[in-house]
Amino acid sequence: MSDFDSHAPLEYEPAHGFIRTDTGRIVLRVDELERGLLSSLFTQIIDLLDPELIDPDPADHPDPLAQMVGIAESAQRPADAALARLLPDAYADDDAASVDFRRYTERDLRDGKIVRARIALDMLATTGPKITLSEDQAEAWMLAINDVRLALGTRLGIEEENHEALVRRAETDPSASAIHVYDWLTYLAETLVRCLWSQD
Amino acid sequence: MPAVVTAPTELDLPAVDGLVWVDHPWITIVWNDPINLMSYVTHVLMSYFSYSRSAAEQLMLQVHQEGRAVVSTGTREEMERDVAAMHSYGLWATLAKDGSEG
Repeated sequence: MSDFDSHAPLEYEPAHGFIRTDTGRIVLRVDELERGLLSSLFTQIIDLLDPELIDPDPADHPDPLAQMVGIAESAQRPADAALARLLPDAYADDDAASVDFRRYTERDLRDGKIVRARIALDMLATTGPKITLSEDQAEAWMLAINDVRLALGTRLGIEEENHEALVRRAETDPSASAIHVYDWLTYLAETLVRCLWSQD
Repeated sequence: MPAVVTAPTELDLPAVDGLVWVDHPWITIVWNDPINLMSYVTHVLMSYFSYSRSAAEQLMLQVHQEGRAVVSTGTREEMERDVAAMHSYGLWATLAKDGSEG
């Protein structure tokens, strides 16, 4: 697990995290750069999770009834590491049971994650620099941001003790600079959890 | 997922039949991972399982320090529901029959 307080300081002073205002509302202020970045990240998560995009060539005879009730016809562990992290096995040492579990649950899992990313995406598209969130919207944002962190962190090869090394690598390797985006998302996630805790 | 239970065609077994095992407790295990925030995991355990803040923090620390913790017990169906919920939150969770997890 990752402890926010033990992280190296951010490269820049983040403009704003989530705050709870005096009137009890959860607010995030974003500039245009942040809005564009968040929109891009949520869009990527949706694309990653969209089963139609994953499998552009579905079976010749798709079972419409199975689709209707959310049962996947095939349900193998995703080959892509980031996607596999978002859709993990349900059994540690029983592949057959894991596959069976996927057939019945993976569609809902994907859909839930897509819906939450869309909630955040739509709000980014329709609000000004000040985004005000209901408790439900805040919950959706928190899970969606976490999904982006899981996918991005997996791509970056985040491990328990390699954060500083990744930051150092980013100094000379532009392809590693996504660590700064990851750190910013971590900051957003932490401030959002604290907002939800200060509910009472 | 459980198979559909059908009535046995022959009743030549003693009273101890498959139904006994239905109540055998299953467990939901949350595993440590390097990405999920400690505060976030605590929040998930509080909001989904309704654990107190201190109970959730204790479980979170067990996951962090020991690599995993059992966060719920119950029937297989209940544990499948809990694992699906943990996956929707992005936690790395599996279920297993109690005592069988390696």
